Amino acid sequence: MASLETTLQLLSPYPPGWGGTLLKGAASTLAISAGAYLIGLAIGMAGALGKLSGNRPLGLLLNLYTTAIRAVPELILIVGLYYAGTDGLNRLLLLAGMPPLEVNGFVAAVAVLGFVQGAYMTEVLRGAILAIPSGQIEAARAFGMSPALRFRRVVLPALLPNALPGLGNLWLAVTKDSALVAVVGYQELALATRLAGASTKQYFLFFLAAALLYLAITLVSNLVFSLLERRVRRGQPALA
Amino acid sequence: MKFFATLLAGTAFAFSAFTASADVRFGIMNEAYPPFFAKDASGKWQGWEIDLMDAVCAEMKEKCSIVELSWDGLIPALQTKKFDVIWSSMSNTEERQKIIDFTDKYYNTPSKLIGAKGEKAGATAEDVKGKTIGIQVATIQSEYYKKYFAGVADEKTYQTLDEAFQDLAAGRIDYVFGDSIVLDAFVKSDAGKDCCADMGDVADDKEILGLGVSGGLRKEDTELKAKLNAAIAAVRASGKYDEITRKYFSFNIYGQ
Amino acid sequence: MDFSWVAKYWPLLLSGAWQTVALLVISVSIGFLLAIGLAFAQVSGGRVTKILARSYCTFFRGTPLLIQLWLLYYGVGSLLPMIPGLRQSFMWPVLREGFFFAAVSFTLNYAAYEAEVLRGALLAVPKGELEAGRAFGMGRFTLIRRIWLPRAIRIALPTIAGEVVMQLKATPLAFTVTVMDLYAVAYKVRQDTLLVYEPLIVVTVFYLILTAIIARCFGLVEQQVPVRR
Repeated sequence: MASLETTLQLLSPYPPGWGGTLLKGAASTLAISAGAYLIGLAIGMAGALGKLSGNRPLGLLLNLYTTAIRAVPELILIVGLYYAGTDGLNRLLLLAGMPPLEVNGFVAAVAVLGFVQGAYMTEVLRGAILAIPSGQIEAARAFGMSPALRFRRVVLPALLPNALPGLGNLWLAVTKDSALVAVVGYQELALATRLAGASTKQYFLFFLAAALLYLAITLVSNLVFSLLERRVRRGQPALA
Repeated sequence: MKFFATLLAGTAFAFSAFTASADVRFGIMNEAYPPFFAKDASGKWQGWEIDLMDAVCAEMKEKCSIVELSWDGLIPALQTKKFDVIWSSMSNTEERQKIIDFTDKYYNTPSKLIGAKGEKAGATAEDVKGKTIGIQVATIQSEYYKKYFAGVADEKTYQTLDEAFQDLAAGRIDYVFGDSIVLDAFVKSDAGKDCCADMGDVADDKEILGLGVSGGLRKEDTELKAKLNAAIAAVRASGKYDEITRKYFSFNIYGQ
Repeated sequence: MDFSWVAKYWPLLLSGAWQTVALLVISVSIGFLLAIGLAFAQVSGGRVTKILARSYCTFFRGTPLLIQLWLLYYGVGSLLPMIPGLRQSFMWPVLREGFFFAAVSFTLNYAAYEAEVLRGALLAVPKGELEAGRAFGMGRFTLIRRIWLPRAIRIALPTIAGEVVMQLKATPLAFTVTVMDLYAVAYKVRQDTLLVYEPLIVVTVFYLILTAIIARCFGLVEQQVPVRR
């Protein structure tokens, strides 16, 4: 085991210490997680509304989407979509007669993770919307509110308290799933740790440091979400 | 309203990542593979192969950028146009030639085995009988194993050679099979010198161990291939190749 | 689509499926036992046990499984040469292989998630039933064995089914530590044949079949003890 001084030297944020690489990896993890989360939210919202709209073919298609994504291991999804995604996109563009797009690693990772998150988000948001007392929505309709206005004023504020625990879990899930893109060679925290370990041969130290960084992200996220829940639940009776 | 504005801005930002670049993009495995390529603590790529890449780009008068990927994803990613040239110590073999094209070789070194210190040296099928060999996935060494060692010794596959080194140091495997220079670098390093020793080169097999390391290209990029070949020849002729080699090695790695 | 390789690699696919199922069964069963301990520690333990159990769960749920796996296999692996006489001991053949470390890592991780589920379920058991048990003079252990745990498990059964499926989906990570599971087989086929999608598709079908079997098994168990609403 390295002495305390060499340990601190190795972890130092300034080269030749590897702390900087790890921190950059952590920033990368947060960036792809945030991007994937937002895309997942967008897909999830659209998916939830689509499923609840009563349109049969749309509902079937969305069911297929959510079931398929939730049944297949994430690793296979990420590896498959990372290569298939660009390939498929470019083939579609070719059919449409447009030039192929070049997608950089960041966008590909975010898109793949976001696509996977969208399936889980659809279910969480759908459950949250179903839990809104139907009387509130009927009252909004009786007032003559348009669907967009109804969504903005009634549905969205009402679904947030119901959805927040599930959304919090999904945020934690996406920060941990982001480690899987290390397998396709995209450099976030897990891969940065492996590189640091490989160069210095101090594997235990760096994996432990990475675990602590992920833990820090988790604890801060937990704090943020509990604050959000408190804000969103203001004025409502306390939970049992 | 603000929400839609940010959404639009976000999409525009994402799409800016799509703009086609005029760079020649080199795909490199995102793992440490010293002394050919490795990232240092500040995230900068260094190594013999990186220096050669810079020299070749200077000759071609092109701007070059590096795209990092996992080793087993290099060929699929090349085909989906994530980058233009594989420059990751990939050997030119007939099997790979079925799918991609290669430039002229830029180095050629034998493959060898390393094993635990104190073990009997030797790299034939007789010597490895009953032992476990660690090999990196999708390499010429794993092909060689299938032909010569498959019935005789067990194989453990790793995503990177470095993981194989770790397991050799931990004693989980008896041998590591890979490129002689990289294995030598490990045996001489701090991590390797206590545990491991050179077991010798394996018998050559041109068909499997290949025709040397070259840059990998898509079959349709004939113009890029011509440019790269010209640049490689120019770098060799001008003496820059030897200059770079001298920085890292005391011997010639070009091979016959 | 080229599926001609399936005939040649069929035995390997089956052995890979076997490794996957073995990892799943071991991690789920032993993890479940661990989870019971952790859940009870958090619900009715002393202050110190509660904090220890909570910290364990927070660590294992707050860090990615991939990091835990690598920490165990490579981190502990680098410490192994320092133990004298280990290579001659009977444990060496087990410690040599990645399977042991993958199984341990998955078990520890699963226990943390399952403990959360069980904790919620233990708290959801109607208090009246526990009080009735105590009124009958049941000792603490008898109460747990006869009323608390069975009721909690029944309440949690749908969630546990979901957790087992999620554990199945986590098993492919074992390939990063040289375990020849189903995904590792797909990996090998991709490298041998240079086909990109077909191996992944076949292996996905295997996972879907396993998922369906698990869902069916849990469905049968749930039917045995219907929940009265």
